[in-house]
Amino acid sequence: MSWILVFEQLLNGVQLGVTLFLMAAGLTLVLGIMNLVNLAHGSLYMVGAYLTLAATQWTGNYFAGVALGLLGALVIGMLVEVITLRALYERDHLDQVLATFGLILFFNELVAILWGRASLYAQLPEWLRGHVELFAGSTYPVYRLSVIIVGLIVAVVLWYVVTRTRLGMLIRAGATNRTMVAALGVNIRLLYTVVFGFGAALAGLAGVMAGPIYSVQPGMGELILIQVFVVIVIGGIGSVRGALVGALIVGVVDTLGRAFLKPALSTMISPTAGEAAGPALASMLIYLLMAVVLALRPAGLFPARG
Amino acid sequence: MRSRLILWVLAIALLVALPPVMTAIGQTFYIDLVRRIMILAIAAVSLNLILGYGGLVSFGHAAYLGIGAYSVGILAFYGFTNGWLQWAVAIGASALVALAIGAVSIRTSGVYFIMITLAFTQMLYYLGISLEEFGGDDGMRLKAKSQFAGLIDLREPITFYYLALVLMLASVYLVYRIVNSRFGVVLRAAKSNEARTRAIGFPPYPYRLAAFVMAGAMCGLAGALYANHTNYIVPGLMSWQHSGDLMFMVILGGMASTAGPVLGAFAFIFTEEFLKVLLNWVAPIFGKRDWAEYWAILMGPVLVLSVIFFRRGLAGIFYKPDA
Repeated sequence: MSWILVFEQLLNGVQLGVTLFLMAAGLTLVLGIMNLVNLAHGSLYMVGAYLTLAATQWTGNYFAGVALGLLGALVIGMLVEVITLRALYERDHLDQVLATFGLILFFNELVAILWGRASLYAQLPEWLRGHVELFAGSTYPVYRLSVIIVGLIVAVVLWYVVTRTRLGMLIRAGATNRTMVAALGVNIRLLYTVVFGFGAALAGLAGVMAGPIYSVQPGMGELILIQVFVVIVIGGIGSVRGALVGALIVGVVDTLGRAFLKPALSTMISPTAGEAAGPALASMLIYLLMAVVLALRPAGLFPARG
Repeated sequence: MRSRLILWVLAIALLVALPPVMTAIGQTFYIDLVRRIMILAIAAVSLNLILGYGGLVSFGHAAYLGIGAYSVGILAFYGFTNGWLQWAVAIGASALVALAIGAVSIRTSGVYFIMITLAFTQMLYYLGISLEEFGGDDGMRLKAKSQFAGLIDLREPITFYYLALVLMLASVYLVYRIVNSRFGVVLRAAKSNEARTRAIGFPPYPYRLAAFVMAGAMCGLAGALYANHTNYIVPGLMSWQHSGDLMFMVILGGMASTAGPVLGAFAFIFTEEFLKVLLNWVAPIFGKRDWAEYWAILMGPVLVLSVIFFRRGLAGIFYKPDA
């Protein structure tokens, strides 16, 4: 087990982490401010991935594909908000979960009808396909590195918007005390729509970037959505900082667990133990981590309230 | 009260009469379908105990369906085919897992509780996938149905049907007795006002946890039945979709009502089957042959509409659920 391998897996973990962060940031804001549980957030991720793939093939231009994927996720997110979610703001969480569950069924099936149930793999343009040498003897795919960079840029921009602008002030205030913000004369409905659109675009971006790395298939949104829930539980609802830290922890723990738990168990206990328990434990690792965090800090690492 | 009793008698008579009638007209498919619905109804009834009466929005109830099924499957795999043993293990294992999951998740509430129960169930789902020895992603065949030495033969479809019916009615009665006991009153009180319940000296946590474990155990039994029904055990039993289906059965039928989850289970599966038939009927008009596999594209909007406009569920048509 060389250090270069560990470093590469660490980068892979960060790359998964920023993808999770893009999803978690939107979801946690929608949850914190609108008090809305939106399971269909994963569907926007899926829509982003599929639209990018289709548009890239159709126009032959990667940037056109990315633009269309982002725009599509934004537009579809806004449509979903106007058509169904507005009727749910005043309802309890149970109703929101159930209605957005219905939306997931619809979107997954729609995608299956349009593009089939089989996994698709997105093609990358030539200049994103190669590897770069990080330091002597270690190369890393350009694309994954760009995902990390884009994700970190988005994180910085988000940090700036949330902590340094008037909009961000309203967002933080909304997450802390919604009723008071509305009472102070802020158009909370408009804030809702803006934040939701924001979240939809971020989910779309996550989908756009995930397409060439993971397989694009119906139901891909829910696989990541549940990991994002783990991120939010660890980070604390309504906190963008919590989402970033939680996402990086989950991304790194999950990736390193999958890469090294099996060999580690094999050398430390026995090869058969590693063979049998390694993969099982690796896939359960982030959920066990969540349980530990909950036991120590029930409101997450960075609770937005209090 | 009287009319409710008549409805119950009518419904039970209908279910009792179904197998001979269907055998007579050669539609044994429906015996199988209704048996599956009744098994899922047991799971829905158990979920209603915590979701409807306890106010615990568990998005992970399918976990116990899976644990019950895998208990039977794994014991059969190692040659233990005694049904009493298998079902006892299914119930016990589900109760233990429910105790572990409940102990962590009931400390939280609201959205956290929903996400955590979902996440833990997903963890079990991945555990099921990674168990290569028991088929991994593809699942495992049940080597032999549970044996009840001469007492009940589950290989007889109609015997199995009546067993499922009896167990379903027993689970409805059991939950009815639980929620109307002293324990159940505390559970319901904690749902309607947690602070006051605490103030009069009943901390909700142990009551909720006990209810969570009972619901898990009952659902484990449903899982054991389900394994015998399908003869095949897949990790997909524990998928989040399945948990969502169970929640919908409770909601469609009417939360916190005695018969609601059973009605809901029938309504949910019948709607599913109806949409498949409908799609197959429409498909030739567009020159296509088989559209039944796309039923979810209609089911999704139907479910969204039912949440927005049909809040009280089917039981609400017959009588007012307790406020």
